[in-house]
Amino acid sequence: MTHTGSERIRLQLPSSMESVAQVEAEAEKLLHTLGIDEDAAFPLLMGIREAAVNAVLHGNSYDPAKSIVVTLEHDAETLVVTVTDQGEGFNLDTLPDPREEENLLLGSGRGIFLIRSFFDEVHFRQLHPGTEVRLVKKLADSAGQAS
Amino acid sequence: MALSIATRELDGVTILDLSGRITLGEGSVQLRDAVRELISKGVKNILIGLGEVNYIDSSGLGELVSAYTTAKNQQASVKLLNLTKKVKDVLQLTKLYTVFDIYEDEASAIASYK
Repeated sequence: MTHTGSERIRLQLPSSMESVAQVEAEAEKLLHTLGIDEDAAFPLLMGIREAAVNAVLHGNSYDPAKSIVVTLEHDAETLVVTVTDQGEGFNLDTLPDPREEENLLLGSGRGIFLIRSFFDEVHFRQLHPGTEVRLVKKLADSAGQAS
Repeated sequence: MALSIATRELDGVTILDLSGRITLGEGSVQLRDAVRELISKGVKNILIGLGEVNYIDSSGLGELVSAYTTAKNQQASVKLLNLTKKVKDVLQLTKLYTVFDIYEDEASAIASYK
């Protein structure tokens, strides 16, 4: 296990899928550095990607005048990822549970559910305008094993 | 790695062998186009092979669901074959595992259409 010390990476990126790929790559590099094996990293990377896609697509609607800000931060015990967009925000309460029978055949609406499944804590903050999502994962759960 | 799709036919079933990632953008669009093309040609039995797909995101999941519903609306059928553990885990988590007919071997999948 190598995740001692702390580190903070901040990325400000345009609203594009290339930015999502860049976030994925940075996150993958960090998780590898932290000694998190591939199986345990997979859900975390998936959650981070979903958050970045939400920011670029649903938040900023690919608007070139808007950017997303991503921070990847850890100490010895915790990984914290924030993704912030400049969009109009949304109401969490209106999101349907994609696992309910009547929603199973919907073509969308699973991203936030996946994020919540893969992280210990997920907090949304409406910035008016913009949305910040903060993802928290206890590293002891992830190092060397899927959780 | 982007998504590649190879198409073949076996005993009246059209098999789409997918390889790569099914994600927002290219991968999802390719899958959508491939399934819609088959359905527009009147193909009724479609089997999607996922043995070489190691990544699917929420958009890709949505695309699989759309393939399923589009087929069903045209009296066609989309079934899944050879899920990798990662894709299987995500389908189980989202309860989509209960929606699809899923097979671990091709012979059983082909036989299910008869």
